[in-house]
Amino acid sequence: MITFKHVTKAYDGNIGLKDVTLSIDDGEFVFLVGPSGAGKSTFIKLILKEIDADEGEIQVGDFRVDQLSNREIPQMRRKIGMVFQDFRLLPKKTVFENVAFAMEILHKSPKAIKRRVPEVLKLVGIEDKSKRYPQELSAGEQQRVAIARAIVNNPRVVIADEPTGNLDPKTADDIMQLLDAINMAGTTVVMVTHAKDIVDKWNKRVVAINEGSIVRDSFGSYGYHENGRPDKKGGRDNA
Amino acid sequence: MRRVFYNLKQAFQQIGRNKGMSAASVFAITAMMLILGLFFIISVNVNVFTEVVKSDYDTVEVYLKDSTTEAQAAQIMNDLKEIKGVSKVTYRTKDQAMKIMKKRWGDSGYLLNSLGTNPLPNSILIKVSNLSSANSVNKAAIKNKGVENTTYYKETIDKVTKITNTIQIGALIIMLFLVVVSVVVVSNTIKLTVFARRREIEIMKYVGATNWFIRGPFLVEGMLIGILSALVSSGITYVVYGKIVAKAGLKMMTMLGSPLVPTGYLCGNLVVIFLALGIGIGACGSIISMRRFLDA
Repeated sequence: MITFKHVTKAYDGNIGLKDVTLSIDDGEFVFLVGPSGAGKSTFIKLILKEIDADEGEIQVGDFRVDQLSNREIPQMRRKIGMVFQDFRLLPKKTVFENVAFAMEILHKSPKAIKRRVPEVLKLVGIEDKSKRYPQELSAGEQQRVAIARAIVNNPRVVIADEPTGNLDPKTADDIMQLLDAINMAGTTVVMVTHAKDIVDKWNKRVVAINEGSIVRDSFGSYGYHENGRPDKKGGRDNA
Repeated sequence: MRRVFYNLKQAFQQIGRNKGMSAASVFAITAMMLILGLFFIISVNVNVFTEVVKSDYDTVEVYLKDSTTEAQAAQIMNDLKEIKGVSKVTYRTKDQAMKIMKKRWGDSGYLLNSLGTNPLPNSILIKVSNLSSANSVNKAAIKNKGVENTTYYKETIDKVTKITNTIQIGALIIMLFLVVVSVVVVSNTIKLTVFARRREIEIMKYVGATNWFIRGPFLVEGMLIGILSALVSSGITYVVYGKIVAKAGLKMMTMLGSPLVPTGYLCGNLVVIFLALGIGIGACGSIISMRRFLDA
């Protein structure tokens, strides 16, 4: 689903990613962990082609991202559902309109939108809030709207950038259950996170990045202390 | 078709939800259009005034030799009609010329009776369609064998032409300048609305919207603002100019011998100009102001 082959990206001499090779299969759930500045956001920006790699190949679904022209970028992004720490909802659109927007971009008919949006809102558990504006909702509810928007077009992969970063533990757990359910339904999920307790609890594949390189790729716990040092009791190696 | 409705709906929503900004844009464009309209009105009225003045001087008189027969004169007239810039050719016999002269002399006209024979020549009056062609018409006419001499008010015509051209070119330059200024002002105003929504645009891009999809509603919004401004400024101009014509129109007529352009006619044209301008300014403004925010 997502493949990086010897990808390097430097900013003004600083290393963002250094010769990274990684493969994420269809239907996987992957935690991407590491201290701040390790290269996690570079990784996401490369997938979305917000920035271009200096070297290497990047494949997302059917798209060779490193060879994509500017005109093709929107086509590629439509196949990816993005969820952010700060939700990034359109403040002047209602919950319904925010989710509908992702469908309008694909020129879906109003009829299809009217049918599909309530379905997805129900799936994420906020069908009763569809006429509200984002700022009238709690943080957890806003993130549910963002997830609804991310999955409304049935993307093959959902990328969640610190989706629980602004949420209290209980709400974070709800959001995790939602992401897990989405993954169970067959969608690949890549989740960037700092939250050790969540990673430890959910027991998924963990890819750890530090200083631009993948330092560990295994199943199980976070494998890192908050200070970025490897945890000796870390998870099993991913064979 | 669905796209058109989508863009219209979005644009109306954006305007409705950003009333303050939209009002500011309309205000800025309206102000520009009113100044532009002022120059347009001045330019049009100067034009009418000079046309009126010119029409008094747009005749070239061609005096024929006494030896020229009427048949030859008719031939000359036909030739003259072929020249570019000639709108009307009339023949005036020496008797008619004498009558006109007597009339001009008025009470002293009887003095002309003492002349034994009529010394005035037969003549041809050439009306030119465009004052600037009078010179070339004159040159062409004088070449003719049967022609004795020609007169026309060369210096006056030259002066009037020069002044009119200067005024019109000046007005044109000022209006062009104003259009550029209003595009800048509008694009800055719209840039404010775009800037206020740069996060929205960013989000739209993340969700996979193409640049034209994002631009669409903003473009329609800009054009709607332009149309609204055009209607407001046309309305204001109609009312104000109407009052001016009602109050000063007659005075102008007696002072300068030229009427003011009628309100209905002027504003009819102005509405079309303002609408075209408003739509253009709105569209250009929004495209220019969005460029920076759409760079991938």
